[in-house]
Amino acid sequence: MKSLTNRSKVVSDKKMTFMERIYIPAILKGMSITIRHFFSKKATINYPEQKREFSKVYRGQHVLKRDDLGRERCTACGLCAVACPAEAITMVAAERKPGEEHLYREEKYAAIYEINMLRCIFCGDCEDACPKEAIFLTDRIVASDTERKPFIYGKDILLEPLDPQQRIDISARQTEKVIQFKQNKGFAHNK
Amino acid sequence: MDWTIIIFKTILLFIILVVTLVVALYSTYGERKVAAFMQDRRGPNRAGPFGLLQPFADGLKMLMKEEIIPLTANKRLFILGPSIAMTTALLTGVVIPWGGTFTIGGQEFSLQIADLNIGILYVFAMVSIGVYGIMIGGWASNNKYALLGAIRAASQMISYELAMGMSIVALVLTTGSLSLHDIVTQQHGGHWNIFYQPLGFLIFITCSFAETNRAPFDLPECETELIGGYHTEYSSMKLGFYLFAEYINMFISSAVITTLYFGGYNMPFMDQLGLSPNAVTLLGTAFFFLKIFGMIFLFMWIRWTLPRFRYDQLMNLGWKGLIPLSIFNIIATGVYYFFTELK
Repeated sequence: MKSLTNRSKVVSDKKMTFMERIYIPAILKGMSITIRHFFSKKATINYPEQKREFSKVYRGQHVLKRDDLGRERCTACGLCAVACPAEAITMVAAERKPGEEHLYREEKYAAIYEINMLRCIFCGDCEDACPKEAIFLTDRIVASDTERKPFIYGKDILLEPLDPQQRIDISARQTEKVIQFKQNKGFAHNK
Repeated sequence: MDWTIIIFKTILLFIILVVTLVVALYSTYGERKVAAFMQDRRGPNRAGPFGLLQPFADGLKMLMKEEIIPLTANKRLFILGPSIAMTTALLTGVVIPWGGTFTIGGQEFSLQIADLNIGILYVFAMVSIGVYGIMIGGWASNNKYALLGAIRAASQMISYELAMGMSIVALVLTTGSLSLHDIVTQQHGGHWNIFYQPLGFLIFITCSFAETNRAPFDLPECETELIGGYHTEYSSMKLGFYLFAEYINMFISSAVITTLYFGGYNMPFMDQLGLSPNAVTLLGTAFFFLKIFGMIFLFMWIRWTLPRFRYDQLMNLGWKGLIPLSIFNIIATGVYYFFTELK
């Protein structure tokens, strides 16, 4: 049968020649291979000191953005939950009470917003679906844990800090091109 | 013999003991680093700078482990095994000439602890007793895997000792002396024995690999077949002693190979440098250690290159390959010297 890769070698049990029987050429050949590896560049990265450089559009842990006045952008429309192929997002909507205008931008907001990080596949569809520029994926890594429960991230983890100094930069993912694309009239929520 | 010599020898003995242990300690580190580098890894680099404290961490771990002596084991022999392995490994260093002579106050101090006139035979005797450490340990464990490992070790060492001894016979034919000191002095000025006995060297180094139980001849401790081999039942520092004895053996056999075939502490341009004899001696010792380290690296290089021999292949190579070859080597050497002496 013809092989697929053309790399297979025919194995035979023919008598070894004298050069093969004294082993030494084969041993030297093997040693030359190992010494080449001895001096070759190592692929390992010394993790805590060195970090592997991420792609500019790396998709890691999500963030729920606030606007410039520090109000939550999310209106709990549920489009992200619908878009999510892994069904990782759930939310409970609530109505904004008078006097809460400084907390929530729109009249409706998400009282509970949870992403199950074990289900999430970090595809970024929630970010594409969001009409309010509220959810983004960042270059932060989701920390590991020994239990399942802590992987359900609520608003306490996802929401951006109020302090302007500690805002999370998402400019890598919210480029001019992305904003242009999102204003496409073809999308239902832009009509 | 006067007091200064005795004091000097005692100090020297102590220094060599410490140096042997330190070199063996760092061989474990070196082994892991070499293995890692040859497999495109980085090796231990967490304990201390470049992982240099790793051997101490390993040693501490060994010491902290629970000491287990199996109920069915013969207790005395069980303890005797690793002790013999360790002691014989350390004893061999006595006859190796670690350097030339120091002249202090008109008195000569040789850097060889004991210049036995049968130095090589002494080395062989010690190596042979070393087998007992493994055999007794494996047998006293009362465990079938340990016993199998011990039997393998014994048969392997006996088979390869023959070829090793005969390669030395050919070497002795060329040197005309069994004293290691004489053999080294004869190699002065680049007349290294490897140029006169290349085949003998090849046989000798192959047998050294077998004698030190190192890959590709590490059958007595092959994990896949025998779990741990002769030290299956051992734990804590007794296991540490076995593992450590292997590294000491590797260091000592590197020293013996260097002494016999690579001119020992002789170095190129030894006489042309115009330094004082004491400085030359010191440089020679440094050079000797450089050669030993090169040899140790070769040991590791081979280990991480070659796969382990199968048992029948091992016996084939020993009895059908190396022994006839070493006999041929003796005859060829003898015939050569017979005709050159005739003239």
